[in-house]
Amino acid sequence: MAPGVAEIQRGLAAGKFSSVEITQDYLARIAQHNPALNCFISVTDEIALEQARRADAALAKGQAAALTGVPLAHKDLFCTDGVKTSCASRILDNFIAPYDASVIENFKRDGAVMLGKTNMDEFAMGSSNENSCYGAVANPWNTECVPGGSSGGSAAAVAANLAPGATGTDTGGSIRQPAALCGITGIKPTYGRVSRYGMIAYGSSLDQGGPFARSAEDCALLLQTMSGFDRRDSTSAERAVPDFSGALGEGVEGLKIGLPQEYFADGLDGKIAAVIETAIDELRKLGAEVRDISLPNTDLSIPTYYVIAMAECSSNLSRFDGVRFGHRCDNPVDLEDLYKRSRGEGFGAEVKRRIMIGTYALSAGYYDAYYLKAQQLRRLIKEDFQKAFDSVDLILGPTTPETAFKIGAKSNDPVSMYLQDIYTISLNLAGLPGMSLPVGFVDGLPVGMQLIGNYFDETGLLNTAHSYQQVSDWHLQIPEAFR
Amino acid sequence: MSEWESVIGLEIHAQLATRSKIFSGASTAFGAAPNTQACAVDLGMPGVLPVLNREVVTMAIRFGVAIDAEIDHRSVFARKNYFYPDLPKGYQISQYELPIVGKGHIFISPAEGEHREIGITRAHLEEDAGKSIHDQFVDQTGIDLNRAGTPLLEIVSEPDMRSAKEAVAYARKIHSLVRYLEICDGNMQEGSFRCDANVSVRHKGEDKLGTRAELKNINSFRFLERAINFEIERQIDLIEDGGKVVQETRLYDSERDETRSMRSKEEANDYRYFPDPDLLPVAITEADIASIRAALPELPEQKKQRFIDALGLSDYNAELLTASRETATYFETALAAAPGQNAQLANWILGDLAGALNKAALDINASTITPEMLAQLVARIADNTISGKIAKEVFEAMWQGEGEADAIIEARGLRQITDSGAIESLIDAVIAANPEQVEQFRAGKEKVLGFFVGQVMQQSQGKANPGQVNAILREKLKS
Repeated sequence: MAPGVAEIQRGLAAGKFSSVEITQDYLARIAQHNPALNCFISVTDEIALEQARRADAALAKGQAAALTGVPLAHKDLFCTDGVKTSCASRILDNFIAPYDASVIENFKRDGAVMLGKTNMDEFAMGSSNENSCYGAVANPWNTECVPGGSSGGSAAAVAANLAPGATGTDTGGSIRQPAALCGITGIKPTYGRVSRYGMIAYGSSLDQGGPFARSAEDCALLLQTMSGFDRRDSTSAERAVPDFSGALGEGVEGLKIGLPQEYFADGLDGKIAAVIETAIDELRKLGAEVRDISLPNTDLSIPTYYVIAMAECSSNLSRFDGVRFGHRCDNPVDLEDLYKRSRGEGFGAEVKRRIMIGTYALSAGYYDAYYLKAQQLRRLIKEDFQKAFDSVDLILGPTTPETAFKIGAKSNDPVSMYLQDIYTISLNLAGLPGMSLPVGFVDGLPVGMQLIGNYFDETGLLNTAHSYQQVSDWHLQIPEAFR
Repeated sequence: MSEWESVIGLEIHAQLATRSKIFSGASTAFGAAPNTQACAVDLGMPGVLPVLNREVVTMAIRFGVAIDAEIDHRSVFARKNYFYPDLPKGYQISQYELPIVGKGHIFISPAEGEHREIGITRAHLEEDAGKSIHDQFVDQTGIDLNRAGTPLLEIVSEPDMRSAKEAVAYARKIHSLVRYLEICDGNMQEGSFRCDANVSVRHKGEDKLGTRAELKNINSFRFLERAINFEIERQIDLIEDGGKVVQETRLYDSERDETRSMRSKEEANDYRYFPDPDLLPVAITEADIASIRAALPELPEQKKQRFIDALGLSDYNAELLTASRETATYFETALAAAPGQNAQLANWILGDLAGALNKAALDINASTITPEMLAQLVARIADNTISGKIAKEVFEAMWQGEGEADAIIEARGLRQITDSGAIESLIDAVIAANPEQVEQFRAGKEKVLGFFVGQVMQQSQGKANPGQVNAILREKLKS
């Protein structure tokens, strides 16, 4: 039993159960399983039950909105009014956000219930969810393995059925990679589709919020609520949001799918490649036309990404200075001491590494060689995709080069960790939408397949994933310990 | 050794007169209780994002058009990164590579008959920081973020000025211009208009610039002149004593009238400028520029030229009358009430009125004598109701608040005597009383005429028409 968002909606509408009942079920599951998984930083029982009661009242009056009564979990970098918003960082361990992020506001507007705030890599920096001041998150499929990151808490919570859906953010793969490693579905929409207001920034030109759920159908429902122009975010897209759910079921007959050769090259685990091939065959059977394409600058995406993301984060994280909010060191002797110790004590090692690299990349004398060069490469990477989309409707490949690895296996090797994002990162540089859906297992661990769409074609992604999920049940699998 | 030459460039921060901040909806009003006008965006809370107040773009372009500047179709905001407690985000949103206003120029007139063109390198938009308050808490610093996010236009000049006097003339010109354009209230006490001066010295004839010091904390034109002059002297003395000027920021202390080192180049920050990814580049179309240009008021330069060409004023008077929008408006209002009295009104405004205002330290808008009142006074001179000399007395009475010119003339009986019979009898009496001087005049000593005029005017208590007195006297003395 692991009802999805759509199923819960139907159950609530039909009066099969109340929002309070289902919310209590999830809170009980969280209480039972969170100690093993560590996927929640805060569980907001009281708020959840209060929201559920109001949802039931609204349902009773026939005033249900799109998600009324549906319990969800939110990554702990979406600001939530009156609730701790930590970014899994010691520097924000005491931070109660004074306002709601636009995404949170949208969920409140649509009647959703908040179960709690999920664990993550500190400030969304990481691919394993080991960089959290609240400890690592375990993968429900094998608790010795990582769930991926940075939105590892949200992914693990959905995979273990501690929530039917959850929010995440994706700067270089932070929704798609954990979705793949946890065997669930996740979508990173086009940059600008979801407002970044109230989403604590890591790399502002790359960050994008999106949902996790079991299925594409559920992702469509959650993304519908999250999307839309927001005047408080100047980079949000002022364009109409299509009816994502309405477009599901259009099928993939005649859909032209491109396979980038570079994504199936040496770095990819052969067993993963085989699983992906099988899924591609399914899509062929459904009528899709598959052809090879090339994204020649793929290998440049990791260095390009790390220069840009780190440069932006070095500046974005300057506001955490111990002056107005967050951690402040004890008894500072002067201003410099206050800054150095507050930040030194507040930030974890990976965050410090990225701030230092980013600061270096922006420094006088290095700016042209690093930041400016990275922006030029970013343009090349974007052009690769634009060229590819001249001949195909959708691009397909693996989400990750490996399945979930052991906790601790890569923690002392940042470069090998950064390579986890090789297939996901270039989309963020280009601003394109992408999603990951489960397509099988290798040695008991889930394999994710990535779909990449043209700008604002979330509909195409969701529809393709949905078509596949109509003929497969990988997305419905739940690890035995959490059934 | 050859003569010294000083080289000065100014950076002026003009606070743009918007109601709300540059990147948030909080109010920009001055003087509110600390931190009551700072919203989540101004506080740099986690997750907040800036949204550009489009009004500041219009205001900046107004300025750009007025100084005949290049205005690019694309303007980019950049982050200037440094840590300071009153800088909430740890960076200031400013502009670096693509400022909204490019190269332009302005004309100054530092002294009568002198004209100089001063280049303006650029003008860019940025947000102000908050204020650190060091003197109200023991061992602690207070931070007031009301000012954080207030829009500023930073206007950077070329190093085109050669004396403190020229620098002040330039600063005054910019001050006047931003007020003409209604983009800045120009209040220097409240910090709405701030000047930093880059000063260096070199021997006359040298091409290379000397090492410069940047002077900060100057909040009046008087202090600007003093600070620059002090700094020029300091640098010359230093070099003549065998020392070297170091590149540094120096604070002007108005109480001691000196500049003091604040930080040297070595201690200066590397600001790590980069385009702000939270803000899109500002797109500016030709049509935007054209509509802003069309809506510009008459600018000081145009007004001055019109005053010279159409009203026949001297270059100097036209310059002074247009130096501030308020003075020009005063003049034009008075002129509307006393048509044709161009030169007379100009002289009264720039002479007696300016003197009285200056003495009372009043703004022309606060003058007790309204433009209409001054117009009436000038009209009474023109129609011979009073003489120019009596007019001074009437002016003084108006200044003291005794009412309008006509009322004062009536009440004090100051109407001019123009009846030639009455003047003749006054003259006859004076001639009869001074036979000696009459002899002198008749012997060819023309100068004595002045003595007689004075006597007659005295007898009439100044009310006799001086022209008539002159003419009748001459006639009578000759016969």
